[in-house]
Amino acid sequence: MKKLPIAKLPKLFAAISGEKTLYIPAQDASGVSKFTVWQEGMTLSPALNTVRSAKDLFFPQVENLMGFKVTGKQIELLEERDVTAPFVLFGVRACDCRSFDVLDRVFLAEPVDTYYQTRRENGTVVTMACTEPEETCFCGAFGIDAADPAGDVTCWMDGENLYWRANTEKGEALTAALTCLAEGGDDAVAAQQAQTRAVMQKLPLHDLDLSKFGAGKTKEFFARPEWKQLSESCLGCGTCTFVCPTCQCYDIQEFDNGKTVRRFRCWDSCMYSDFTKMSAGQPRPTQLERFRQRFMHKLVYYPENNDGLYSCVGCGRCLQKCPIHMNIAKVIRTLGEEAK
Amino acid sequence: MQGVKEKALALLQSGTVDRVLGWKAGEFFYDLTPAVFTTAEEIENDFVWSAFSAANLSKYLIQESRKGGKVGVFLKPCDSYSFVQLLKEHRILRDHVYVVGVQCDGMCDIDKIRAAGCKGVTAVTEDGDRLRVTTLTGEKTVNKQDVLLGRCTVCKSKKIVEFDELLGEQGEELTSARFDEVAKLEAMTPEERYAFWRGELSRCIRCNACRNVCPACSCEKCVFDNHDLGTDNKAAADSFEEDFFHIIRAFHVAARCTDCGECSRVCPQHIPLHLLNRKFIKDINELYGVYQAGADMDTKPPLMNFTKDDCEPSVVYERGGAKA
Repeated sequence: MKKLPIAKLPKLFAAISGEKTLYIPAQDASGVSKFTVWQEGMTLSPALNTVRSAKDLFFPQVENLMGFKVTGKQIELLEERDVTAPFVLFGVRACDCRSFDVLDRVFLAEPVDTYYQTRRENGTVVTMACTEPEETCFCGAFGIDAADPAGDVTCWMDGENLYWRANTEKGEALTAALTCLAEGGDDAVAAQQAQTRAVMQKLPLHDLDLSKFGAGKTKEFFARPEWKQLSESCLGCGTCTFVCPTCQCYDIQEFDNGKTVRRFRCWDSCMYSDFTKMSAGQPRPTQLERFRQRFMHKLVYYPENNDGLYSCVGCGRCLQKCPIHMNIAKVIRTLGEEAK
Repeated sequence: MQGVKEKALALLQSGTVDRVLGWKAGEFFYDLTPAVFTTAEEIENDFVWSAFSAANLSKYLIQESRKGGKVGVFLKPCDSYSFVQLLKEHRILRDHVYVVGVQCDGMCDIDKIRAAGCKGVTAVTEDGDRLRVTTLTGEKTVNKQDVLLGRCTVCKSKKIVEFDELLGEQGEELTSARFDEVAKLEAMTPEERYAFWRGELSRCIRCNACRNVCPACSCEKCVFDNHDLGTDNKAAADSFEEDFFHIIRAFHVAARCTDCGECSRVCPQHIPLHLLNRKFIKDINELYGVYQAGADMDTKPPLMNFTKDDCEPSVVYERGGAKA
């Protein structure tokens, strides 16, 4: 374990920034928190979490894949892949860090998504343990310990110090380059962890029961009549999917400027009316089917294909941001508690 | 306002309506979901009227009024303007709806409560002008005025413009400072204004929450859902696209937007989208005479009507715009 007085945080950021591009959660002029490239004078956001999740850094909302130039009967392929450089992502919460495991299983399975893979290889993840969770947090329901997040490096912060623990080779390499860190801090971290874990137990959703869901439960949940009432007032917007750290669906589109064609991908949302629309039509004709898809995917289909791992990490963003306050917690309560 | 839940129950039990559109309790005290209640038991258990019943229910009536039977609905003053505007556009079948107007003294914004330093909020009780907020770590008191939704701090009217029955006193149109923010933007140089909007709109994630919640956005198929156009709802082909989306949407709802404020309430990125619409309202007021969309069924909308007194197209130059 290493430590650094809080007052020296800018020094630490400057040192990391000297090695690689550094992203930290910071507030913009309007007070909205997002992962931002650190510059001299920038401070950590006081918000528990960013509005957009940390997945943006590995799986951006829009990404160029390739280009084409058509001259007569010739098609020339253009390399238009966005350039990525090594970077450090500082201040990732335990929930968002788990989301990388969820995304890895999708994008790093054969056939490997090389766009995502390059970013993952370039990125060093420095997590930050939570101390003051929001009432919307329920990472504990997925076995995530907010007091001991994973990542290449794990950090804790109290009023006096930042504590730093390297977990992986990448983390060790970064640590080695940071001479400002001193030894010590184990006791302070242990004390804070005990305190945080006690607070987590008090969260209103800490007892969210997921035991009814998981692999092999498609038949049990697919035709449940409650989907109608749950989806009834859904606006069909994409807020939940776009703030979600684990939603991974994307669409591929082309932009033709008359001279060249740029092929890019952009996040898709199962909530949208044209989601997976094919020439044969829309396989999910109403909002009920689209709504159901999102939650079945998180709680049943994904675990079915991924050794029982749920593709929700309990970050609570959808609970905070849904315009009509319909969310996965309500779905779990409604369907789970009434399940036979 | 007392007696809202009781009224919902009475409407159903007396057979005045066969279902009620209202707000349903959630996991916490603030996360109410618009819902249709069909039994007395559901109303008893889950119907909530509180300072968090902010969702404007009028847009749901486009569908609900077409499902047969009669639906009861609770509309706050600002919601009632949206309702009348939708009636005016022939989007709601009036005969299939029973409207209970509910007087309102402002809705609260949970994000503002959080921003006031309340972390892990678990309960709120109203105590006159103050709110007692219980959090995981203790209790805190905030002024209700400080945590009102932005739209409620500049409430334009307490008048419920359409109803079958009224709960509470009928109110009046208010003198509101709602155009002050627009005036501030107008006072900026074009460069400053451009920078302001680029800054705000650059946060847009194209979630379409503003469009989907907007009562004025009731097209069966939005132009931004047209795949062939290349401006799909989710595709941000270039960094200027989100700006186009919001500007085009503002033009499309001009003179139909009642300034209900739902767009800004639901924006996950806190973009002050209502300012675009409010600018149009302010311009319409100045160029065509004061007009409030949804205020009544009869006044002709200025942008769908022609009079010889209408301003000339050159008005933009006359007001100081640069000639191309």
